[in-house]
Amino acid sequence: MATQADKNIKKLSIKLLGLVFIMFAFAMWVMPPLYDALCEALGINGKTGRQYTAVESQVDTDRIVKVQFVAQNNEMMPWEFAPNTSQVEVHPGESSQVTYYAKNTQDRYMVSQAIPSIVPSRAAEYFHKTECFCFNQQPLAAGKDADLALQFIIDRDLPKDIHVITLSYTIFDVTEMAAKQDSVAASSK
Amino acid sequence: MGAHHGPAKGLTRWLFTTNHKDIGTMYLWFSFAMFLLGGSFAMIIRAELFQPGLQIVQPEFFNQMTTMHGLVMVFGAIMPAFVGLANWMIPMMIGAPDMALPRMNNWSFWILPPTFLLLASTLLMEGGGPNFGWTFYAPLSTTYAPPSVTFFIFAVHAMGISSIMGSINIIATVVNMRAPGMTYMKMPMFVWTWLITAFLLVAVMPVLAGAVTMMLMDIHFGTSFFSAAGGGDPVLFQHVFWFFGHPEVYIIILPAFGVVSEVIPTFSRKPLFGYDSMVYATSSIAFLSFIVWAHHMYTVGMPIAGELFFMYATMLIAVPTAAKVFNWITTMFKGSITLETPMLFAIAKVFLFTVGGFSGLMLAIAPADFQYHDSYFVVAHFHYTMVAGAIFALSSAVYYWIPKWTGKMYNESMGKAHFWISFIGFNLTFFPQHFVGLAGMPRRIPDYNLMFADFNMMSSIGAFIYGASQLLFLFNIVRTITHGKPVSDPKVWEGGTTLEWTVPTPAPYHTFTTPPELK
Repeated sequence: MATQADKNIKKLSIKLLGLVFIMFAFAMWVMPPLYDALCEALGINGKTGRQYTAVESQVDTDRIVKVQFVAQNNEMMPWEFAPNTSQVEVHPGESSQVTYYAKNTQDRYMVSQAIPSIVPSRAAEYFHKTECFCFNQQPLAAGKDADLALQFIIDRDLPKDIHVITLSYTIFDVTEMAAKQDSVAASSK
Repeated sequence: MGAHHGPAKGLTRWLFTTNHKDIGTMYLWFSFAMFLLGGSFAMIIRAELFQPGLQIVQPEFFNQMTTMHGLVMVFGAIMPAFVGLANWMIPMMIGAPDMALPRMNNWSFWILPPTFLLLASTLLMEGGGPNFGWTFYAPLSTTYAPPSVTFFIFAVHAMGISSIMGSINIIATVVNMRAPGMTYMKMPMFVWTWLITAFLLVAVMPVLAGAVTMMLMDIHFGTSFFSAAGGGDPVLFQHVFWFFGHPEVYIIILPAFGVVSEVIPTFSRKPLFGYDSMVYATSSIAFLSFIVWAHHMYTVGMPIAGELFFMYATMLIAVPTAAKVFNWITTMFKGSITLETPMLFAIAKVFLFTVGGFSGLMLAIAPADFQYHDSYFVVAHFHYTMVAGAIFALSSAVYYWIPKWTGKMYNESMGKAHFWISFIGFNLTFFPQHFVGLAGMPRRIPDYNLMFADFNMMSSIGAFIYGASQLLFLFNIVRTITHGKPVSDPKVWEGGTTLEWTVPTPAPYHTFTTPPELK
């Protein structure tokens, strides 16, 4: 026989259990996107945006911005990885293209992923990439090399005090991660 | 029916029990076993650090020791010990016959032993146990983790489930089962602090579960929550972890505040000064604990506005905490104080916790923290709060209530010896760590610069003394149970005013089957 007190206990326990699920969902599905959104809004982390569709805009020939290119290998990533051009001078609004050189020095198939970062980080939102090898994982067969293309436009609204932008790519070995993603995708079909 | 007056016989009594006193007893013994296990890991750490250079263990094993010491002490020793006290004391303090959800209570205890057996067994697995620090930052705990990390994740999930069930039980008990006339603002302070702690647990243990679930996904299912290579960010891990982790440190300390808020009035023979302000201070601390997490990660490269916000919010916590400390001191002021063992531990707890609070304020200063970060100064700080703050309060609680539990009086001189040896050993261990920390000795490293040698030797000697004093504690407890002088006065302590001092001593198997009359 359930007394009133038993009913109250049951009601309260169910509410508390609800809170538990809400907090779990908050950690799993709210915090990560919220973190990304905050980083983007605050212009920290120097992460650049996704693919940009070029819009008609005038080239600001009065300004020159120096763009420097840097390459780094993440720990345990054995590839050769370097920019073919170490720096270019561009006008805001003008589209430019450069390439990075990558070589798989190992005797096995590998997949890489390049992650960009921009200094100063507040320039990140004005650095538009219309084409970038960093949008996708880059596989290379054993011993093969490739030139990886990057096409970008610097926004005309770039703050006036920024004259130099450094774009750094860190290349990661994601061979294992790619294999796991494939197997998860295959098993969910 | 009918035979419900005493406990069942044999092993199944403990396996199947739903009695809050039995479960409380099991929690307390389990946590003491874990305290000795975590303590033995600490002894290995201090033995290795006795001298510079590598003598006893390999660095890989040293890393496992620091990690397991932290995990076992936080999740295996301190938290279950307070849950044990809650089980024993909350029903007796609010005049309830038992906990609200007795079967779940049994389950939340019995999850723990297999969980910690699993966690400890990772030490014997290939690749060793967790070696990434008790904070298990990604990518150390994902990309670079030993294979046993999956068992670690499972163990964290299981202990989280146990804590959540325990907390739901405590909240349901306190909200629904208080004796008629016991309003919220008449509850003993220990019950109040536990009620607030239980809410913190319900709110943040799922966040910890979320963090380890994301780790599991990253390790086995190719997601990239914390992996930069896939567009994630390891710093996100630190945010999620400390969003759990900061409330967690208050989960540990608030019930300790509750214990001293019972012990100090009893031995000062005065009511607790500023009861209402204690309730509000505890609630403010709990609220503030949710908005200060990033003070653990000043050095990750936050915007200056973030550093300032977290710095000011953190310093704000000093205000309600100081209110509590002043209330305890004022409770003692002009009281007729006697210094039995529980009171000694309670006073030492207030004093030493305040020392830890001050070093916490130093660490809260963002620009200064860049110097202190990850140094032995941090180790000194949190051991002043965790050991002196929580463990001293637990020792105090055991001496305070053991006559009620067993009907036997502990040996006072042995208790005092335990106190003084602990007090000296503790301070000898951790006070010099402030100095080596400020001078630049990093934490979690098995070797160190020669210039830190003397202070480290002092630290190690202190740790051995402190460790040995706990064996005296164990001996005293066992001796009390087997040979203690019987006590039968329900009050035991003349200053005791809360409801547990109205039931017979030793407390019968069932208490308050009819609610007490509150005067």
